[in-house]
Amino acid sequence: MTRRLRLALFGASGAGLAALLLWAVAGLQNFGHYHERYGLLLNQVTVGERHTTNVVTAIVFDYRGFDTLGEEFILFASVIWVALLLRDVREPGGRRRDRMTSDPVGLVGIGFAVAVFVIGLYVVAHGPITPGGGFQGGVVLAAAFALAYLAGEYRTYRALTPQPAVDLAEGVGAGGYAVVGIASMLLGSAFLHNFGPLGTAGTLASGGSIPLLNLAVAIEVTGAFVLLFTEFLEELSGTPGAPSE
Amino acid sequence: MIPLQAIAIALVAAFALALALTHDLVRLAMLSSVYALTLVVLFLLFQAPDVALSELVVGGVAFPLVIVVAIVMQRGG
Repeated sequence: MTRRLRLALFGASGAGLAALLLWAVAGLQNFGHYHERYGLLLNQVTVGERHTTNVVTAIVFDYRGFDTLGEEFILFASVIWVALLLRDVREPGGRRRDRMTSDPVGLVGIGFAVAVFVIGLYVVAHGPITPGGGFQGGVVLAAAFALAYLAGEYRTYRALTPQPAVDLAEGVGAGGYAVVGIASMLLGSAFLHNFGPLGTAGTLASGGSIPLLNLAVAIEVTGAFVLLFTEFLEELSGTPGAPSE
Repeated sequence: MIPLQAIAIALVAAFALALALTHDLVRLAMLSSVYALTLVVLFLLFQAPDVALSELVVGGVAFPLVIVVAIVMQRGG
């Protein structure tokens, strides 16, 4: 295909796409003028029905809790496949040597890691109250472990994330969500139906079973991202022929 | 739309264009992280803090990290 033909093809399809996009954007509701019934309804009833001030969390872990179960298992399945593929081809016994960074860099890095870890716990715990929750907090927690590695202490990183514990977190997080769903069936209601004391809106202990599902997702996401990061790191050191650092 | 939101949209557009025009992979990884930050600001200004948090960690940290690791692997450690 010649350059001119390719440009002509791009021009035609690009102009078409741009026209369609403009048409779609022009048809959007103005910002702040939301009219969909489902969203307006949830905004009105959530605080009264579930005592959670963050409506998004109530939707994710309650009104649409079943969808989240599916999403959680998508993450679980993809991470398990990465682990299966990479662990299989890697020769056992990594050859990675510890690359020590200077003390100030390590100290600042570890300081940041601890701070990020605390922020992650905060974001997870306050999921039903303020923006955030298990998904976001879980990734923040995993980022804290990545920071511990970037501080130059591979040995510390491996000591903080022993493989059995990470694998366990990955399984317990995914399974725990389903277990909470089954618990509500044992209590006589539908799968994943909210149970437990709803508590006072705006406090940490509010939302019935929402904090439990939130916690399960946090464990799952933290485990998943730490597992991914570890597998990539091991892959870097365990590739045959690659010089160890 | 308030002026701040218009500025955020313009920033996202500018960085998306820069991202599309970047060919060096290491620069691409760095720039995609900055692009994610402009998206975070956009989501915050349009009152979607939950999405902003997710974008911050996934787009700002996790995605560039995977690209950087892939580059290192390609170059043989």
